Amino acid sequence: MSRVSVPCHVKGTVALQVGDVRTSQGRPGVLVIDVTFPSVAPFELQEIMFKNYYTAFLSIRVRQHTSTHTPPKWVTCLRDYCLMPDPHSEEGAQEYISLFKHQMLCDMARVLELRLILRQPSPLWVSFTVEELQIYQQGPKSPSMTFPKWLSHPVPCEQPAPLIEGLPDPSRVSSEVQQMWALTEMIRASHTSTRIGRFDVDGCYDLNLLSYT
Amino acid sequence: MRKAQGSWEKRILKSLNSMCTELSIPLARKRPVGEQKELLNKWNEMGTDEPDLSLFRPVYAPKDFLEVLINLRNPNYENGDSLSFRTHLGLIQVPLKVKDIPELKEFFVELGLTTGQLGIDDSTQVPPELFENEHVRIGQKVLAEQDSAAAQQYIRQGSPTALRAELWALILNISSQPEDILYYEQLKTNVIQHDLLVDSLIYKDVKLTASNDDYYFVFEDYLYQVLLCFSRDTSVLGHFAYNSASPPKSYIRGKLGLEEYAVFYPPNGVIPFHGFSMYVAPLCFLYHEPSKLYQIFREMYVRFFFRLHSISSHPSGIVSLCLLFETLLQTYLPQLFYHLREIGAQPLRISFKWMVRAFSGYLATDQLLLLWDRILGYNSLEILAVLAAAVFAFRAVNLMEVTSLAAAEAVLADLSTLKVMPLLQIFLFATVT
Repeated sequence: MSRVSVPCHVKGTVALQVGDVRTSQGRPGVLVIDVTFPSVAPFELQEIMFKNYYTAFLSIRVRQHTSTHTPPKWVTCLRDYCLMPDPHSEEGAQEYISLFKHQMLCDMARVLELRLILRQPSPLWVSFTVEELQIYQQGPKSPSMTFPKWLSHPVPCEQPAPLIEGLPDPSRVSSEVQQMWALTEMIRASHTSTRIGRFDVDGCYDLNLLSYT
Repeated sequence: MRKAQGSWEKRILKSLNSMCTELSIPLARKRPVGEQKELLNKWNEMGTDEPDLSLFRPVYAPKDFLEVLINLRNPNYENGDSLSFRTHLGLIQVPLKVKDIPELKEFFVELGLTTGQLGIDDSTQVPPELFENEHVRIGQKVLAEQDSAAAQQYIRQGSPTALRAELWALILNISSQPEDILYYEQLKTNVIQHDLLVDSLIYKDVKLTASNDDYYFVFEDYLYQVLLCFSRDTSVLGHFAYNSASPPKSYIRGKLGLEEYAVFYPPNGVIPFHGFSMYVAPLCFLYHEPSKLYQIFREMYVRFFFRLHSISSHPSGIVSLCLLFETLLQTYLPQLFYHLREIGAQPLRISFKWMVRAFSGYLATDQLLLLWDRILGYNSLEILAVLAAAVFAFRAVNLMEVTSLAAAEAVLADLSTLKVMPLLQIFLFATVT
């Protein structure tokens, strides 16, 4: 299914913390990232892709456009999605993640804004975030063509024109040509994949020093 | 991790380059015809050659690599000055996820107390009707069916000596086709035509390690035949797709920077280190035909051994193995771990060389082959870390009495009398925790 990237504006992360940031010990364990789409009309979300950086759990809230006059509300579409099975160890910490429409709890038909809530309960990590955030919407469906009438309704077989004297039967020739073509295709397909294994350039392999780049 | 691997590789390149310039020897050159003929005549007895290798030194030894691993740090990892619940008391400071004993018990379930094992249940006191005869019969059936997956499952309980060579070939998908023999012969031609600096490193390594070993010195000539061909084999470059390392590059004489003249050096991209030949030596007991021996070694290298000397976060990579070893020791032998740490004998400093060589050269050969059976069967190198911890557990009483790193090394210097499978079984399944 094709997908089209939606340009988004990612606002800076906001840390949620109880109490005064300056005086309390420890680092915030919850971050919020707001994603807006200033230049695009409400669209249907297909996929969210990003690179994780030490975030353990992800929740996503979405605000959708409603046709009635009520102001759009925030709805949770993903709750506590686990990115790191063990928040204290490296597993999953720098993975590329894709989240699809069918994994969401609610319909993603007319998205106005997204809010990503990142949680990292372990005190071991200095910082955590998600990077390279990309949002995709449904691409245009392949245009359905209307077939020309003669393709979908073939006319019944006509009588073949009478054979000219001396020429071979066309149906026999065509079947033989087809067999020959099939043979050539077989030969082309069966060429061995073993490499020759040459490591020199034109027979020369005189080297002085290794290169660092 | 990739950055660390990149800078480690740069160090190796610098070392090799400086050796080149110091000794004024080119990295690679074409052999003159006379020399080619000479080498061809001597092919089966290269061990008798005694070139002057005194100026060559190995590019690196396992202990240099250990220093790099000890200094691996994640910049996002808050270690802090005060001891916390996650302070690493061992040498490895990277918080990778490693299995604990309940998970290892589940992973290695076929090594349990109630399952028959070769290495335990084939000893002379146990009547063969109990386990051994039936196990051999099943092995022959697996070979007759040529079922690779069944062979891998079967070999978890060990392989009978008579069937081992064929079973390993079946699991590694090695069949000696004429084209494979032809490929090996072509590699041999490449060795004869071009002389590489790496060849001298291989010679030196074999002379220093395998030739001095009581079990392996007879195979010296085989080792040259395999390793010299290995370094010419460009098909090994394929494994860099899943290896965090990258092959070193060079340019044909004078044409620096022009991509058409860029080549990999050595052609297989692998620079041997001190002890590299020990990966091949045990295989010589199983395979006597050079091209088959070569294929088996190449497959073992690109499946398993490369992980033992490159930096990655893979569960079978050397960093995870080191961390697994240290965690097992810390969790299940805390007093021993604390004592060794206090006397300045961090356990990893002793066990690292065992794991990097997959215990080759440290265990008796029959025990080593039983261990490598399990590596193939479980498709994982984690058993090396478990065995290392089990060895420490076995000698714990003696180790508690030592007062220095040298004395600890002495206690653990000789592993040749150890029986691998009972140690593993006791450590995993019979230790009261």
